[in-house]
Amino acid sequence: MPEATFLDATELVINMGPQHPSTHGVLRVILKLDGEKVNGTECVIGYLHRGVEKIGENRTYQQFAPYVDRMDYVAAVSNGLGYCLAVEKLLNVEAPARAQAVRVILTELNRIASHLLWLGTHALDIGAITPVFYCLREREEVLKIFENYCGARLTTHAFRIGGLQYETYDGFEEEVKKFCDWFIPKVDEYEELLTHNRIWVGRLKGVGVLSADECKEYGVTGPVLRAAGVQWDLRKAQPYSGYEQYEFDVPTGENGDTYDRYTVRMEEMRQSTRIIRQAVDRIPSGPIMGKVPKVVKPPVGEAYVSIEAPKGELGYFIVSDNSTQPYRLRVRPPSFVNLQALDCMVRGGLVADVVAIIGTLDIVLGEVDR
Amino acid sequence: MISKLFRSVFLVDLFQGLWVTFRNQDPKRIYTEQYPAERPKVGERYRGAPRLNINPDNGETLCISCNLCALACPENLIVVTSQRNEQTKRKDLTTFTYDTSRCMFCGLCEDACPVDALELTQDFEMASYTREGAIWDRQMLEEGPKPTQYKC
Repeated sequence: MPEATFLDATELVINMGPQHPSTHGVLRVILKLDGEKVNGTECVIGYLHRGVEKIGENRTYQQFAPYVDRMDYVAAVSNGLGYCLAVEKLLNVEAPARAQAVRVILTELNRIASHLLWLGTHALDIGAITPVFYCLREREEVLKIFENYCGARLTTHAFRIGGLQYETYDGFEEEVKKFCDWFIPKVDEYEELLTHNRIWVGRLKGVGVLSADECKEYGVTGPVLRAAGVQWDLRKAQPYSGYEQYEFDVPTGENGDTYDRYTVRMEEMRQSTRIIRQAVDRIPSGPIMGKVPKVVKPPVGEAYVSIEAPKGELGYFIVSDNSTQPYRLRVRPPSFVNLQALDCMVRGGLVADVVAIIGTLDIVLGEVDR
Repeated sequence: MISKLFRSVFLVDLFQGLWVTFRNQDPKRIYTEQYPAERPKVGERYRGAPRLNINPDNGETLCISCNLCALACPENLIVVTSQRNEQTKRKDLTTFTYDTSRCMFCGLCEDACPVDALELTQDFEMASYTREGAIWDRQMLEEGPKPTQYKC
């Protein structure tokens, strides 16, 4: 009787995505499985590639600003801030103090909105369906503030090179303060739902461990790095836009597992509220637009500016050749770099954990593919 | 140790979560909007459908055909044509085309307009059955979209 050799072929290769709902967009992961165990993964990206960097070379500096919102569309305001800071560095101008304070308020609100969407979808992936409804409800309030401030909810285009286009509306401060007071009990509510829940803890503790050394090797930044115990936050390390005036803590984890990343992000939402409260109390009066010429023509040179986006270090590198359009524009997206650590985190784990790990990395495919 | 045993035997963590969901059953906490019957009130600065304003007194357009909006647009979707009026020595607007299918509502055209003729309004219902319907001409821009009104 011939031996059935194919039964020895234990490795099974399956595709996860690009239509899988838990890949948060159009990520395709090729999984090599031995039963339930994952022996290796391979990421296939590019399904949402729009050539944003190339578009940048064919637009003037002001015209390109709305396009950066479409990379990380969950945190469009942070993207806008990074781009504006990079062009301002090229032009050697600084936004006025009032503009900086408003920028800080809006970016921190956006950090809350981004983390809320992450929490909702991450919990949904793992099987906790309740938080997503509450998270989207709270996020709606942030989006309403954006809508009242600049007229758009998601792809805001809130900042301009050199400052702000829109003055704050009447009652902006009160609305933001009201949101802060209303929001903190809501975070406690999520914690009540999840933090001690035995299924949540069982699914997250010890899953997708990424040590501090591995994080540094892969260049991983943001909450993923901080959960591994590295206290690295660009708002503290290289303050920009007046972050040095505000008092806040940088939460860190210990084990670098999925549960720690959850606690770090929850604490970050609280710290963001703290920053917003301080910033709202001392918005200085004055102009909102710096001295920027109508036609932006930066001198020959290059500038790299990185900011702490909700997902990690977001960098913009712009080369100028003294024309109205950038000669070359390169984006260092946090999601793209963090995604490279997926294989290291997943290897040896179970199939069910792949979903949890993709969720915990908090990737946005618009930013990965650009 | 004992409290931990107590918590795990009596499912304290699960009941805590259920209490949160129970609290949120309060009918005062309903957030759903009954959309077509109940229209949302969008922000005052909302960047929605474009409109070309006319002077309410004489019905003439406010546009001075300066072409700044077309130059500011990142997608080059605005086309302005004009004719030189020999009597007033000024440019008269002949056509104004705005392709809303390519528009990303960034508001740069609105910022560029020196006479507040072009404006992004609070109208947000601009669906059409054809692609051509998304390309708005001067008449459409002056009148604005007319969405169907529903009653519940």
